[in-house]
Amino acid sequence: MSILVDSTTRLLCQGITGANGSFHAHQMIQYGTRLVAGVTPGKGGSCFAERIPIYDTVSAAVAETGANTSIIFVPAQFAADAILEAAESDIALIVAITEGIPVLDMVRVKHHLNSLGTLLIGPNCPGIITPPVCKVGIMPASIHTPGRVGVVSRSGTLTYEAVAQLTALGIGQSTCIGIGGDPVTGMNFVDILQLFEGDAGTDAVVLIGEIGGNTEEQAAEFIRDQMTKPVVAFVAGQTAPPEKRMGHAGAIISRGRGTAADKIRALEAAGVVVASTPAEIGATVKRVLDG
Amino acid sequence: MKIHEYQAKKLFRKHGIEVPRGIPAFSVEDAAKAAHSLGGDTFVVKAQIHAGGRGKAGGIKVAHSVEEVRRLASQLLDHPLVTHQTTAQGRIVRRLYIEEGVRITRELYLAILLDRELSCPVMVASPEGGTDIEEVARTHPEQIFREVIHPLIGLAEYQCRRMALALGLRDRLLGQAVALMKALYGLFWGLDCSLVEINPLVVTASDSLLALDAKINFDSNALTRHSELLELRDLDEQEPQENEAGKYQLNYIKLEGSIGCMVNGAGLAMATMDIISHYGGQPANFLDVGGNANRERVAAAFKIITADPAVKAIFVNIFGGIVRCDMLAQGVVEAVREVGLTVPLVVRLDGTQVERGKQILTESGLNMIVADSMADGARRAVQAAG
Repeated sequence: MSILVDSTTRLLCQGITGANGSFHAHQMIQYGTRLVAGVTPGKGGSCFAERIPIYDTVSAAVAETGANTSIIFVPAQFAADAILEAAESDIALIVAITEGIPVLDMVRVKHHLNSLGTLLIGPNCPGIITPPVCKVGIMPASIHTPGRVGVVSRSGTLTYEAVAQLTALGIGQSTCIGIGGDPVTGMNFVDILQLFEGDAGTDAVVLIGEIGGNTEEQAAEFIRDQMTKPVVAFVAGQTAPPEKRMGHAGAIISRGRGTAADKIRALEAAGVVVASTPAEIGATVKRVLDG
Repeated sequence: MKIHEYQAKKLFRKHGIEVPRGIPAFSVEDAAKAAHSLGGDTFVVKAQIHAGGRGKAGGIKVAHSVEEVRRLASQLLDHPLVTHQTTAQGRIVRRLYIEEGVRITRELYLAILLDRELSCPVMVASPEGGTDIEEVARTHPEQIFREVIHPLIGLAEYQCRRMALALGLRDRLLGQAVALMKALYGLFWGLDCSLVEINPLVVTASDSLLALDAKINFDSNALTRHSELLELRDLDEQEPQENEAGKYQLNYIKLEGSIGCMVNGAGLAMATMDIISHYGGQPANFLDVGGNANRERVAAAFKIITADPAVKAIFVNIFGGIVRCDMLAQGVVEAVREVGLTVPLVVRLDGTQVERGKQILTESGLNMIVADSMADGARRAVQAAG
């Protein structure tokens, strides 16, 4: 069991002929993901890796291949358009890897997707992996191992760090999801926690937050009121100076709000065990699972 | 991206938002000339820095003669201004804005910004303007009004009217306020702003609305479609290393410590700073090489770190995903060959192509400490920095 992606996922890759798109398409195929189509406007009719058809439009790709999920590598200035195209073509789940999409583009896109009921992960995220069956993302596959702990994070590489620690301790993962570090993203912590809570294949959840915004605080509220499964957390940016944008557009402590200390306090008050350093995420999960 | 008040006011004027007459000045002589050509008997001399709280910090002064403008200008120009939003060293004032004095009857607050929770723009206003709005929000939350703007509809006129009336703007001021709010939203949306703020928005003695201050922040991700705005950047407002990093699309922020950090991914970069602090060290910088890093950018990043005299040790912490360890290792090796290495270098590699990356480092024969985990690397870097 898992959430969002599994053996029924039929993946479409938008931007499959770009450098990142083609490298990671190969990696996903190698992992066993059913990559059924690619889309690059102007290159319709050709093939990727000699067998995966490339289409000019998402609707043609969906009609011909039955794709139900799309991963997007399209450059930032065209990415919002690519997301809208996927949503209008009945793709149920969109994973946007692209970083640097203008925030107001995402504001428009998000409101439109909400009205269509399309699920969006990202942008500026590493994607989703359900080991060992399906990878829809750019994460290094080898660090993952199947199991019963769900992982959700606003960061990319810090998620890899946490997952590698879990795997090294023999703790497998049900599904790992990076929701992205931008101020406006598709699904948020609460959406994902809800899915993990209802997933029979997940026993516990690791939540990796960072400074900025208040999604960790919202997650804490949800955990306190509605979650029965144990949650372990880490919040990055405890030593970050205020009013500085730390790479992720979302990671800025603005005018004293969204500090790591606030978030840790809220999570702990909701019964979440918070790892004190990023090197102890795995060990903290082990301690919680061992009771 | 931030811009100065005088630049923001020029954009306001272009979008039909009334501002006092004013002239930017880059020298004492400029300032005197500006006052002379503005005329009248009251001038405001305003320090132009990218930080708020200028008024309280003495960066905004009223003068009643050209001579007084000259005197105030010489006190402000080339001197640091310390506000609650700057560091303790403050910011050197290099530009001034000389404005005509305005007789005012009321000071209001008006802003449009992004509400992350709702993923919508929101218009925020208060009848308590001209002061620290955070303070008003804390002490008189009932004096803060909000209108959530549906992004697919835009700011509706009835919302503007409701806001104007809440601010007590009636009669002929009501129509003016609606027009001003719509113009401000047009600017916010049209130029991809993350914040537009008028504090204070004033009612003048002749009963009209005027933006006495102006603040605009732009979404850096959207600057590719507003290339004309790039001219408004003031590189003096950033650390030189930050400007250099910007050229290579690196996310670099100068910090106070002694351990130079090069990391991929913002979350891991922040976590790296956290763990360095945990082991008793202090990071000299935040540096995320980003998902689009190539050898050239990695080399540039490395040079920026080594050029910082405060750096006593370097910690490279990479968990390859979209960034490949072999590419990164090559970039580091090339940079070290070019600029040399005078401080200890600790490298931790993991993830995509890690074996090949480690092999490149080993074969390079460079003197470095290879760490096998993030904690191990941070500990060794702290030790090495002394």
